[in-house]
Amino acid sequence: MFDEIRNKVALNAYITVSKDQARVQAEKADPKRDARLTSVAIAVKDNISTAGIRTTCGSKLLEDYVPTYDAGVVSQIVDEGAIVVGKTNMDEFGMGSSTEFSAFGPTRNPYDESRVPGGSSGGSAAAVAAGIADVALGSDTGGSIRCPASFCGLVGLKPTYGLVSRFGLVAYGNSLEQIGPITKTVRETALLLDCITQKDPRDATSVGKGKAQYIEELDADIDGIRIGIPSDFFGPGTDGRVTKSVWKTIHALEEEGALVEETQVKSLKYSLPAYYIIAMSEASSNLARFDGLRYGLQDKKGARDWSSLFIRDRSDGFGSEVKRRIIMGTFALSAGYIDEFYLKAQRVRTIIRSEFEKLFKRFDALIGPTMPTLPFKVGEKTSDPLAMYMTDIDTVPANMAGLPAISVPCGSADSLPIGLQIMAPPFREDIIFKIGSMVEKISSWRSS
Amino acid sequence: MRQELDSDLGIKIGLEVHCQITSLRTKLFCSCPSNYRDYEPNSVICEICMGLPGSLPRLNAKVIESALKIALALNCEIPPVTNFFRKNYFYPDTPKNFQITQYDKAGGVPIAHNGFLDSWQGRVRIRRIQIEEDPGKLSYDGNIVTSPYALVDYNRAGIALTEIVTEPDLKNPRHAREFLFKLRSILEHIGVSDGSLEGAIRADANISLAGGKRVEIKNVSSFKEVDRALNFEITRQKRLPGGVMETRHWDEVRRVTVTLRVKEEEEGYRYFPEPDLSPVTVSRDLIDRLKAIMPELPDQRRARFVNEFKVSDEVAKIITSEKAMADFFEEVILLQYSPKIIGGWLAVDIPGYLKRRGLDFKEIGINPSHLAELAKELADGKINDNVAKSILMKILPVGESPRKYLEIENEMDEPSLREIVTRVFARNSGAVEEARHDPRVIDFLIGQGMKETRGRADHALLRKLISEKLSQESRSNQPKP
Ligand SMILES: [Zn+2]
Repeated sequence: MFDEIRNKVALNAYITVSKDQARVQAEKADPKRDARLTSVAIAVKDNISTAGIRTTCGSKLLEDYVPTYDAGVVSQIVDEGAIVVGKTNMDEFGMGSSTEFSAFGPTRNPYDESRVPGGSSGGSAAAVAAGIADVALGSDTGGSIRCPASFCGLVGLKPTYGLVSRFGLVAYGNSLEQIGPITKTVRETALLLDCITQKDPRDATSVGKGKAQYIEELDADIDGIRIGIPSDFFGPGTDGRVTKSVWKTIHALEEEGALVEETQVKSLKYSLPAYYIIAMSEASSNLARFDGLRYGLQDKKGARDWSSLFIRDRSDGFGSEVKRRIIMGTFALSAGYIDEFYLKAQRVRTIIRSEFEKLFKRFDALIGPTMPTLPFKVGEKTSDPLAMYMTDIDTVPANMAGLPAISVPCGSADSLPIGLQIMAPPFREDIIFKIGSMVEKISSWRSS
Repeated sequence: MRQELDSDLGIKIGLEVHCQITSLRTKLFCSCPSNYRDYEPNSVICEICMGLPGSLPRLNAKVIESALKIALALNCEIPPVTNFFRKNYFYPDTPKNFQITQYDKAGGVPIAHNGFLDSWQGRVRIRRIQIEEDPGKLSYDGNIVTSPYALVDYNRAGIALTEIVTEPDLKNPRHAREFLFKLRSILEHIGVSDGSLEGAIRADANISLAGGKRVEIKNVSSFKEVDRALNFEITRQKRLPGGVMETRHWDEVRRVTVTLRVKEEEEGYRYFPEPDLSPVTVSRDLIDRLKAIMPELPDQRRARFVNEFKVSDEVAKIITSEKAMADFFEEVILLQYSPKIIGGWLAVDIPGYLKRRGLDFKEIGINPSHLAELAKELADGKINDNVAKSILMKILPVGESPRKYLEIENEMDEPSLREIVTRVFARNSGAVEEARHDPRVIDFLIGQGMKETRGRADHALLRKLISEKLSQESRSNQPKP
């Protein structure tokens, strides 16, 4: 595996390769134990803390930051015998949809190296797609698992908020995000999810899943399952090839017995701006701790007082997209604006939640495209933040409502993969796996 | 020139009292031990209280009960659900550059609000009580303005605090001080906060004079300092009417306040709900259970002392102003039931002594049995009040039994006093002669006797012995018929 990683260094999937630690983990693994991930090579997004392995979040500010503790999910996968092979590249602090906003350079899409792998968990997706990791963990604040899964022809799941421990995940938008699997198959995603859903007392929002085994839901029959297709998910910015491929799959599901009906998510058009306001507001507070005083990049020139030290460390350490979001988030929470921005966004969030609640009385699941477009070219959207934000239009509702959502490959166009998104009610990942494995069976896409 | 009265100045003082919940064994959001004072700087810290990337707070559920006890003692309303907010500000003592606290706007619900505490100068309304984390501690070389550096100790970061916010109902610095002492006694009685630990109870004050702007004073380390800082502010604001709304820092060494920042209102803190902590439900059952186990509070205890032990209200008030003193009182009473004697010593003599020495009640050396022993001697009439007090002053610094001194005093029992009287008569034969005709001169002889015994004689006994001797001698001196 480590030789292959070296051969594919041009993809820039990893920020840090943890060969030494991997060897120690491999030696410690007890083959007799009933572990579910024995010797599985796992790539971990670089915002998930790993004791003794630097965790940069794709930021210059944390270039040399080495956590003292393992994230909850890392302890759980290591306990299951998995081997962490490295830490994957990402948009700085998760802020991006293309893995171009990394202090360690952009990651490339293994299907076409002139294109982006999606983001922000682009390194994790590229590593799995290129075969330089068996499976990977990413994090998803507004689509950061599903977007790169879609762009790299993989399965990626954002679990229900609270299902997976966030302890050790460096927060971006902490009311929105979850850690989840990025794998080649629905089966692997179900298996990996089964291994990371222990309730973690260190995360007050962690609920855990109890005794359910997702891996047992895979080959179930979907006869009679009620699927809603919100027309809003096929908005004007949606590429015709994506629409075509997703609808083709929907019709195939219908043939398998699914009851398909078109519907609407009226709040979708408010979802994206509200999402960005909440995520940026939370980020402005979550990222305040990075001042260089206790860890991370520190100005050695000798600032005269603490505030000029903080200013210098943060000016030098953060990239421009991170600064943009901190500034906007700070503004959205400021006196005189909080009503118009942050609090209004929270009201929108409540509306979105209740709309999905109502929809899930009529439907077992909702389906649409994961991404409105095919993977775009490196550099194509970096100078146009709004165009970049728009790519999250279909993925953010799941984060706003705390719902589980998966991206499963459903086809391709010009040799580029297309992903289909399935959303289900909270803690109904079982429905997602049922439909997801059927999509996998009937779709023309085969992961290379 | 007429001395201006506080009431003429329209003084309004409000307090924000931060009290650490010292009864908790761990910090508010992590399992670091809470007795941070016992450790080297920056040694009781972990990823959570240091706010390392990815760490999450986990609420120490016991803090809810402690805060509710305070809320009940301060007659507050307790909402059924309470939640946490972030207060965002950059400062080196705050590892995350935000503080997890509670808030009363934008959907925030603190643990309790709308309470009151009755003081001798009137009712003081409690605006709210909130739970929050203590920041770390900064130390300076000299004072904050001139120090070339600041050192940060994060041991204190994450310690559970409750902030008790009053309405501006306090009328003068003395009132503020009285309120603080009473509050401290309540906190001690309900067993949540040990006010004798350095920095466990701290107060920020805000003060305005009629027509002036509200000024906040930070860094007031003790109740004595509250008094000083407020008095300084009153003088300063009288000289500079109008003024600006600002936050000032109390410099304990120079005893002045200096401008820290001008007009930082709470809206600068970008409060928003803490996503990492779920709202906490406070059940009616829990409140009822806490009410049922609520210990006796200082006011109730004071009333009981008056009814049961017949001490004066003033004495009872002083004794119950500190739990340690009230406990001590009751322990002594159990050993020697002389409440008035013991009450007097505890309310007057001992505080006077402690004040002269700059000591805290908990630093007195004697134990209840020492005081009981002394009180018994006085109650039995073996020594008089003056002697008892002088022995008290001798045993206080060393913390020993009064026995040794009582033995010396016992030389002043009746036979020894007779000898003294004989001596006084021999030395003052003229006066003795006069006393036979003029009873007023007896007082002179008693005075001489008191002088001989350095005041240790029982006044009544001495009078009795002198009168007896006078009549005996006049009988024996009668010319034989
Ligand atoms: Zn700690």
